Amino acid sequence: MKSRPVTIYVGTRKGAFVYRGNAARTKWTVEGPHFLGQVINHIVPDPRDPNVILAAAKPGHLGPSLFRSLDGGRTWTEASKPPAFPAGHEDSVKQVFCLSPGLPARSGEWWAGTAPHGIFRSTDRGNTWESVKGFNEHPLRPKWRGDREQGPPDDPNTHSLVLDPRDANHLYAGFSSGGVFESTDGGADWKPLNKGVAADFLPVKNPEYGHDPHCVKIHPLMPDRLYQQNHCGIYRIDRPDDTWKRIGRSMPKEIGDIGFPIVLHPHDPDTAWVFPMDGTSVWPRTSPGGKPAVYVTRNAGKSWTRQDKGLPRSQAWLTVKRQAFAADAGTPVGLYFGTTSGELWASRNEGARWECIASHLPHVCSIETRASG
Amino acid sequence: MTVVHVPSPLHSYTNDRGEVEAEGATLQAILEDLDRRYPGFRFRVVDEQGRIRPTLLFYVNGQVTRTLAQAVAQADEVHIIAALSGG
Repeated sequence: MKSRPVTIYVGTRKGAFVYRGNAARTKWTVEGPHFLGQVINHIVPDPRDPNVILAAAKPGHLGPSLFRSLDGGRTWTEASKPPAFPAGHEDSVKQVFCLSPGLPARSGEWWAGTAPHGIFRSTDRGNTWESVKGFNEHPLRPKWRGDREQGPPDDPNTHSLVLDPRDANHLYAGFSSGGVFESTDGGADWKPLNKGVAADFLPVKNPEYGHDPHCVKIHPLMPDRLYQQNHCGIYRIDRPDDTWKRIGRSMPKEIGDIGFPIVLHPHDPDTAWVFPMDGTSVWPRTSPGGKPAVYVTRNAGKSWTRQDKGLPRSQAWLTVKRQAFAADAGTPVGLYFGTTSGELWASRNEGARWECIASHLPHVCSIETRASG
Repeated sequence: MTVVHVPSPLHSYTNDRGEVEAEGATLQAILEDLDRRYPGFRFRVVDEQGRIRPTLLFYVNGQVTRTLAQAVAQADEVHIIAALSGG
């Protein structure tokens, strides 16, 4: 068993918090809040540079912005040119929702996804951002994004920007109320990749787009494999196949396969975790039956196992948002999820047992981890 | 110079000052001047399409205005108000 100290970056609706754990992941200290009062949709450490951290921020009254630290989080400066659509575009950015660092060979590159649907790229470690014209001005984008008045309560967003580690020009993007899209030319053009995915809330059968992925992940060691937690189930695809398979069908019927996040094992492409929620009737979006549990598959979705040791046994109506569940790179892998009720739960044994390491936080929006030391 | 009253969410841009001065014959010009003095200020109150952010109001001499083309004289007072909002 070997692990390095882990740092957890927690974005909340009222600021960002940083939890530093020891190598055993048994003791935690907290720093923060940073940006008290601002919605921090995503705070992401740069895996290529321990000094760089980016944070997507939105104060209650003001426009969205993005902050960056070049000294490990001690000081922060605002991006001098935050993500914004070009003048004359039909939309303006309401929120920067997700951030993705580029590949190691492109040290200054970052990608940002926004609400409404938009993709932006920085080549200077997040200081200035350019609109990705190939998506943001794609002639089909108004159709892809759907009805302006429809979509999630916090605006239809770009929640997943997934890079193929073998090819910097190969990207996938996940949009709520839009679907999964793929680019093979660095973002110059995009095509829908939704075959096999249910969209039973739409009036048409087998649409090309308009689906509602909640979270899309690529496996770093097997980049032909992607998983997604969707509004309509859990899916896996193994490229070059172009059809997603619904691996959530093997979840227990009384639990279902609805949820927001999906987390991949960093060393095992067959292992993934989800946090099921109640997607029945009016969509409570809480743990089914008030009994929270994580489910893990160790065989790429053929079967799932409940992991609830340490979690409340009843009357716990937890909601975990799409960016609020993450793994570290330890052995065994550590898992962390944050709830909208402000709790931070951790497992240092791949979900076998859970403990609450923080409570009374604001509504948790996102969690990212970084090994240190 | 026109006096501009700045709400607390923007004080991090104005060195904690709630009252600043700016030059310009319209609200648009006032905001451009403020952005020169306090970089980043304009984008927090006006979006990239030139629209006032929906949770902010602009007053000139106590009269609400929704257009950045609003004329402003040197003796005028501008208030930027952050909407009261819950939670």
